[in-house]
Amino acid sequence: MSEQVESLIRKEYAAGFHSAIESDTLAPGLDEDTVRFISAQKQEPEWMLDWRLKAFRAWQEMAEPTWAHVHYPEIDFSSISYYSAPKSMKDRPKSLDEVDPELIATYEKLGIPLHEQAALAGVAVDVVFDSVSVVTTFREKLREVGVIFCPISDAIREHPELVKKYLGSVVPQKDNFYSALNSAVFSDGSFVYIPKGVRCPMELSTYFRINELNTGQFERTLIIADEGSYVSYLEGCTAPMRDENQLHAAVVELVALDDAQIKYSTVQNWYPGDKEGKGGIYNFVTKRGVAHKNARISWTQVETGSAVTWKYPSCILKGDNSVGEFYSVALTNNFQQADTGTKMIHLGKNTRSTIVAKGISAGRSNSAYRGLVRINPTADGARNYTQCDSLLIGDRCGAHTFPYIETKNASAVIEHEATTSKVSDDQLFLCQQRGLDAEKAVSMIVNGFCREVFKELPMEFAVEAGKLLEVSLEGSVG
Amino acid sequence: MLEIHELFAKVEGKQILNGLNLSIKPGEVHAIMGPNGSGKSTLGNVLTGRAGYEVISGDASFNGKNLFDLEVEERARDGLFLAFQYPVEIPGVSNMEFLKASVDARRKHLGLLDLSSFDFMKLARESSQKVSLDPAFLKRGVNEGFSGGEKKRNEIMQMMLLEPSLCILDETDSGLDIDALQVVAAGVNAMRSSSRSFIVVTHYQRLLDYIVPDYVHVLSQGKIVRTGDKELARELEAKGYGWLEEEGV
Ligand SMILES: Nc1ncnc2c1ncn2[C@@H]1O[C@H](COP(=O)(O)OP(=O)(O)O)[C@@H](O)[C@H]1O
Ligand SMILES: [Mg+2]
Repeated sequence: MSEQVESLIRKEYAAGFHSAIESDTLAPGLDEDTVRFISAQKQEPEWMLDWRLKAFRAWQEMAEPTWAHVHYPEIDFSSISYYSAPKSMKDRPKSLDEVDPELIATYEKLGIPLHEQAALAGVAVDVVFDSVSVVTTFREKLREVGVIFCPISDAIREHPELVKKYLGSVVPQKDNFYSALNSAVFSDGSFVYIPKGVRCPMELSTYFRINELNTGQFERTLIIADEGSYVSYLEGCTAPMRDENQLHAAVVELVALDDAQIKYSTVQNWYPGDKEGKGGIYNFVTKRGVAHKNARISWTQVETGSAVTWKYPSCILKGDNSVGEFYSVALTNNFQQADTGTKMIHLGKNTRSTIVAKGISAGRSNSAYRGLVRINPTADGARNYTQCDSLLIGDRCGAHTFPYIETKNASAVIEHEATTSKVSDDQLFLCQQRGLDAEKAVSMIVNGFCREVFKELPMEFAVEAGKLLEVSLEGSVG
Repeated sequence: MLEIHELFAKVEGKQILNGLNLSIKPGEVHAIMGPNGSGKSTLGNVLTGRAGYEVISGDASFNGKNLFDLEVEERARDGLFLAFQYPVEIPGVSNMEFLKASVDARRKHLGLLDLSSFDFMKLARESSQKVSLDPAFLKRGVNEGFSGGEKKRNEIMQMMLLEPSLCILDETDSGLDIDALQVVAAGVNAMRSSSRSFIVVTHYQRLLDYIVPDYVHVLSQGKIVRTGDKELARELEAKGYGWLEEEGV
C-alpha cells in the first residue's frame, strides 16, 4: 500500500489542550482512606460506603487481566489520583449560564455546538437544534413524564431504593479487576430511570471529560428502563493531550425490564497518544445490559480514541424473546491498540442477537475483535448473526478476530461472517480521477465501510462520528 | 487540447511507452487500437497520473498546462476524464454521494457554486436514464455488485455529469452486448461537441461504427506506428495487426 495512505493518518489530536480550570484534586494513592474520602465528598450514606469498601477489599485480592491482545507497561495504581472535581462543578450547573466560561471556551475549541456544550457541562439536552429553549425546558419535560436523569451521586442520596436494587446487579463488584476498582472509587456518572410505559421524550446525553493531570476517571452509569419504556442514551468522550498515560475505567449497567428498549450510543474520542505512541488514555471499560422478557438492548459504539481500549459491551438475554444488538466501529491509528467486541449471553427462549463489528486499522496500530456468543441450554430457538469486517489502511497495521461460540442448545442458529479488506490504490485512484483529494477519498471510503453502523446512530451523532473518522484519519494519505 | 511529445514512460521498472507523439484538437475523436500489451491502458494511466506509472521523458500539455506538473485530482478537475477498463467497487459509498462530491469538486475548481442536493439529484436521474441505468443504481454503493455492463454505463453516466473536456474511454466496449454498446455510443455521441475531445481505446471496429472517429491510430510497443481515418480500422479488422509489423514500421 502506498505511502500516500500512510501519511493521511498523521494528524494532530484536535481535542488536545488543557484548560486552566481550578480543581480539587486528591493526592495520588489508593487505600481504604481514599475510598472513604470519595464517599465523604459525595455525602454518601453508610450503605454506599460499605458497598465501596467491599469492592475495594475484593479488588485487592484480584489480578490485572492479561488475556487481551494489547500491550502496555504495568500500571502503578498508587500513582493515580482518584478524585478530582473542577471547583465550578461543586454546584452542578442548571443552565449554560452557570457553567465556568473557561470550560465553555474549551468546548468551543473542540468545535462542539452549543447544545452539546450544555451536555458536556453536565446539563442534559436533547438533540433539537434550538438549544437555549431546550436547556430550560428539558428538565420540566422529563419531570412531567417521571423520567429521572441525574448524576449518580444525587441518585444515591435521592433514590436509594432504586440504586440499592440495581447497582451491581448487572456488573457485580467482583466481576473483573477494573469493575472492582470502579466500584470502589467511582467518582460520578449518570443515573437514568424511565418509568413504566414511558417513551423518554428526548435523547439523553452525557459527555465526560478528563481534564486533570494524572487523574483516573471512573464513571458509573446505571440506566433502568421499566416495563414497556424506551430510552436512547448518548455518550461522548474527549480528553486533553498529555504525555502521561491516564486510566479510564468505567462501568455501565443497563436494565431493560419486560418489553423495554434501551439504545446506548457511544462516540469515544479519548486522547490516543502521539505519533510515537507516547501518552494517551487506557480505556478499560465494562458495559453490560440485562434484557428481560421481550426487551431490547442496542449498543452502538464508535471508538476512535484511547491508546489502549479494552471494552466489550454485552447483553444478557435473560427474558424470552429478548433482543441484543451490538454495532461497532473501532478505528486505530499510529500506535493505538484496541481489543473490543461483545458478549451475547442467550438464556431465554427465542432470544436473538446481532453483532456488526467494523475494525479499521491504520499506521502501526492493532485492533482486535473479541466476541462471545453463548447459547445456554435453556435458550431454545436462539439466533445469532455476527458480521465482522476489518479494513486495513497501509501495511504496518494489524487486524485480528477472536470469535468464540459456545452452544449448549442444538436448536440454536448461528451465522458468522468475516471479511478483511484494504483501502486499495485502485479505489483511491478512482476517487482522485473523479476530482476528490486523497484525504476526502480515504474518509469517504472508510465512511462507506462503516455505513451499516452509522445508520444505527442518532442522526446528529452519525454526522459527528463521520467527522471524527475524518479527523482521526487525516494525514494517512498525502 | 492535448499535445503529447516524445513520451517515454515505465511501469514497475519496465519501459512501456517509447516516444509517443499525439496531437488532439478540440472536438476531435481519436481511436487508439493495437495489440494487447501495446500500452494503450498505460497511456491513459500516465496521462491521468496513476501512481506507479512513471514518466521518463517527454511532455504533455493539456489546454496549455503541463499535465505532469499537476496532481491526479487537479488533472481531473481541469477536465481530464478516464472511463476505466475495469471500474473498481467502493462498498457502502453511495453512487449519489460519490458523484455529488466529484461534481462539486469540479464545479468548485471552475468557480461555480455547489449544486443543491435537489438539483443534483434531478441531474443525476436524467443522466442515469440517458444510459438506461435504473435510478435505483444511484443509491447503491459505487459499482457495488454491478454487472460488467452496468459498471461501464455507470462510467459513462459519471462522464456526462462531470462534463470533461477530454474523455479517455479505455475499452469501454469490451464485454458489452450490442444493446449496451449502442447505449454507450449514443451517450458519447450526445456529448460530442466542438469543445470536447475523445480518445477511444478499443479492439473492435464495431464500436467505431457507432462512434465515428476522426483519426485512428495503431499503437504497437509503446508508440504510434500508423495513423489513418476510419478506413484504417476496417483494414485492421480484416487483416489484424500483423501486416503492420511485417511492413517494418
Ligand atoms: N501496473 C502494472 N504493473 C506491471 N506491469 C504493467 C502494469 N500496467 C501495465 N503493465 C504492463 O505494461 C504493458 C502494457 O500494458 P497495457 O498498457 O495494459 O496494455 P494494453 O492496454 O494495450 O493491453 C504490459 O506488458 C503490461 O503487463
Ligand atoms: Mg488495456
